[in-house]
Amino acid sequence: MTQNNQQSGAAGSATFAGSDSRRYNYFDSQGKRATLYEDVTVDVQPDPTRHLLQGWIMSFADGQPTYSDKVTALKSSDWHVFRAPDQEWSRTHYQRQSHIENTIKMVVENARSDGAPGRFDPGWVSVLQDQFGALKHAEFGLGVALMKAQRDGMTQMINNTILTNASYKLRLAQDITLYLGDIGLDIAVDGDAGKKAWLENTAWQGVRKVVEAILAATDHLEIYFAVNVVFEALVGELFRNGFIMRAGPVHNDFVTPAVVSAASSDYRQNLANTLTLLQMLVNDVKHGDANKKTMTGWLEKYVPLCTEAVGRLKAVWILQANGDLKFDNVAAEAKHRFNDILAEIQISLPKGATL
Amino acid sequence: MSGNLTLSKIVKQKTITITEATKRIADLGWTPSYFSEVLKYPTDYKVEKAPKDPMKQVLRSYFPMQEEKDNRVYGALDAALRGNMFRNVEPRWIEWQKLFLAIIPFPEISAARSMAIQSQIAPGEDLRTGYTMQMIDEFRHSTIQMNLKKWYMENYIDPAGFDITEAAFGKCYATTIGRQFGEGFITGDAVTSTNIYLQVVAETAFTNTLFVAMPSEAARNGDYALPTIFLSVQSDESRHIGNGHSFLMSIVKEPENLDLIERDLRYAFWQNHAIVDAAIGTIIEYGTQDRDKNKESYAELWHRWIFDDYYRTYMLPLEKYGVKIHHEDVEEAWNRIVKKNYVHKVAQFFSFGWPVAFWRIDGMVAKDFDWFEAKYPGWYNEFGTYWENYVKASLPNQPPLMYLDSGYVYPHRCWSCNVPALIREDFCVDEVEGELYTYCSEICRWTHKVAFAGEYNGRQTPAMGRFSGRRQWEEVYHGWDLADVVKDLGFVRSDGRTVIQQPHLHFDDSKMWTLDHFKGLEVRSPLLDLRAMTPEARKQHIAEYRAGFTCKPI
Repeated sequence: MTQNNQQSGAAGSATFAGSDSRRYNYFDSQGKRATLYEDVTVDVQPDPTRHLLQGWIMSFADGQPTYSDKVTALKSSDWHVFRAPDQEWSRTHYQRQSHIENTIKMVVENARSDGAPGRFDPGWVSVLQDQFGALKHAEFGLGVALMKAQRDGMTQMINNTILTNASYKLRLAQDITLYLGDIGLDIAVDGDAGKKAWLENTAWQGVRKVVEAILAATDHLEIYFAVNVVFEALVGELFRNGFIMRAGPVHNDFVTPAVVSAASSDYRQNLANTLTLLQMLVNDVKHGDANKKTMTGWLEKYVPLCTEAVGRLKAVWILQANGDLKFDNVAAEAKHRFNDILAEIQISLPKGATL
Repeated sequence: MSGNLTLSKIVKQKTITITEATKRIADLGWTPSYFSEVLKYPTDYKVEKAPKDPMKQVLRSYFPMQEEKDNRVYGALDAALRGNMFRNVEPRWIEWQKLFLAIIPFPEISAARSMAIQSQIAPGEDLRTGYTMQMIDEFRHSTIQMNLKKWYMENYIDPAGFDITEAAFGKCYATTIGRQFGEGFITGDAVTSTNIYLQVVAETAFTNTLFVAMPSEAARNGDYALPTIFLSVQSDESRHIGNGHSFLMSIVKEPENLDLIERDLRYAFWQNHAIVDAAIGTIIEYGTQDRDKNKESYAELWHRWIFDDYYRTYMLPLEKYGVKIHHEDVEEAWNRIVKKNYVHKVAQFFSFGWPVAFWRIDGMVAKDFDWFEAKYPGWYNEFGTYWENYVKASLPNQPPLMYLDSGYVYPHRCWSCNVPALIREDFCVDEVEGELYTYCSEICRWTHKVAFAGEYNGRQTPAMGRFSGRRQWEEVYHGWDLADVVKDLGFVRSDGRTVIQQPHLHFDDSKMWTLDHFKGLEVRSPLLDLRAMTPEARKQHIAEYRAGFTCKPI
């Protein structure tokens, strides 16, 4: 027989010291009460500045411990303050991703049953094959960079938000790939043409250059910054929203805009997460000024690359027939949005940099 | 409507084949020409061949599949509550979940981070989707386990210990073992950590004891939630095992990798055995109230899952590629479990150290003794007196057992696996870079001194990691008063005086220990004491330690 005489293991079946302590009590919630996201996320990755009594007990050969704040140029007085505004944890992430996949599946299936791809303007099919086909490589490259970046943040909240961003990008790259493959069963779409354009077409070489620059970066927050603050605002959204989504309908294509539309909502979510993190860092009493300087340095690196990319990509706009859709107008919108983003994190374009 | 016309025929639509889909997705990558990628986490292995994708799944089917799995899991939790699961659950079992579920989310999320590393060193993009799915799976596992723990906290009779879970994980004398496990997935040589230690050994061999054997025991103790969640977790593991095997196959054909694979398999197998068997063996054998003699013991489960399933069908076939397999290590791990009573000695250590735990540890009684004796003949002679003492000293009317003259000697801790040196005759010491260290076994000594070094078998291994920092929990509190230690750990209930940990399951304030009962009792680090000894005294101490101890009735 056990030492225990208790008949029930249910809450409330006895009252004793601590019997009513039914909330995680080792972190401060952002709101009045911890959210489910906070409960399942906060402090899962320990930190010697909080509860990690013995510190990290493994290191690399050069002495760098398992996690180190030296791996990013940005600094924080307390990395643990950050909470992702999208509050994503695995269940909500699966729900959202699954919802997107099912929506795309339904839209594409219905369109194909109705023979919609066969009514796309022939010229537009070439655009989808070459230009939209090239975009999938850009999205993939950004997803790969973010996947690499989710290793190094100092908290679970930071790393998980980069992880979900990687997941969104890699899903989008696959969505485009499979969509072009599926409609290629109904109409002639060369599955290799997009990669050829990505590697060789002058219009895409600026985009490839900036994506490769992001892939080559080793600072995880530089990658996160470059993707969401700079690239997406100036290039990604410009092409997806300012070209594919607006030009598609006049070429009898209501399908592709629907397939790519989830990317806008992905970006809004990822941008909100990014800006919340960066706002925390620029408002840091001790390190805020230095952080702004670091971010400005990243602008110096990535803005010219993105400007060059946009300049080259401009050539694509002549391939569509929507008379109301002017490159200069959508580029101006992108610049406006980019300046709004910079204002949110209290930095501005470095001297000499132009959009 | 014609009899032959069905809805499925009407809506049937051709899509690209999965082979074509995965081929096109693998072709999303390219070789950069404007900027070169820097390998952030290097390896000493030669990694030139692209691993192949054994699963051929794409994200558009993965996300809905995982969403459905989650729906089933969370539906089961709701059903368990409606069925009053906690009225019949065994508190002895749930208490051990305070330890296990404090540990496991960190290794899980470390495995997600590990995919950042391996996906960068793996040439080509065939396995990218496999890595992506593993990354998201591990994110799932860590959060689903945090959620299960929260659910226990909200519904189980004693939430104390669950309420401080991640803080406790960072501080406890026992969870340090789990930190070694999780850090091992992401620190040091990129192949050693992410492929051999995580995928090839931890996931392929030991997740079966973690996520298959343990759920069976949970169900026997009235806990239907843990099996639902852990079997769902295990269903993801086959993907990870596939990723690991595929990567291993891509490096095993390079002759210069063979000695590194031998080194890492040796380190990883032994350390996984030392850590996982310590924790899971104890929880399964000592956390249960079910003493059905027809059920398999942990030793029998180990033989099935690790020896037959892993060693014979996974490890042995690697010999045909020229990998030297250390059969004697597998044999010795088995000996440690069945002849040297490893799991029982770990349970003894955990319970002896209850004053610095953050969960209740129920004592073993007559019914348990019978089962142990039946499964492990001779068990009573070695452990009977200890557990009788433990139960006798479970109420706060004398100092904790640790401070009574019971014959048990608080053990040295192994610098390598972080589990104490419990098999006393195997205890060994060595000097590394002029400092004295203690080990539980010869292989752990080898792991620290030989494997985790800048040179191996005459070749430079600059990417290999190091064991570092304050690895021994005891040294943090050397010379402290026990009451101050527990206060510093935060293992105190909301009244500010009753401690969370108790050596019994009495949910009654009058029988619960408080900080007052711990005052005036000193905590010491055996290692620091050993280092402070003269060479002669040290030699004598080591000989006495190896000779073991005999428990006597208190």
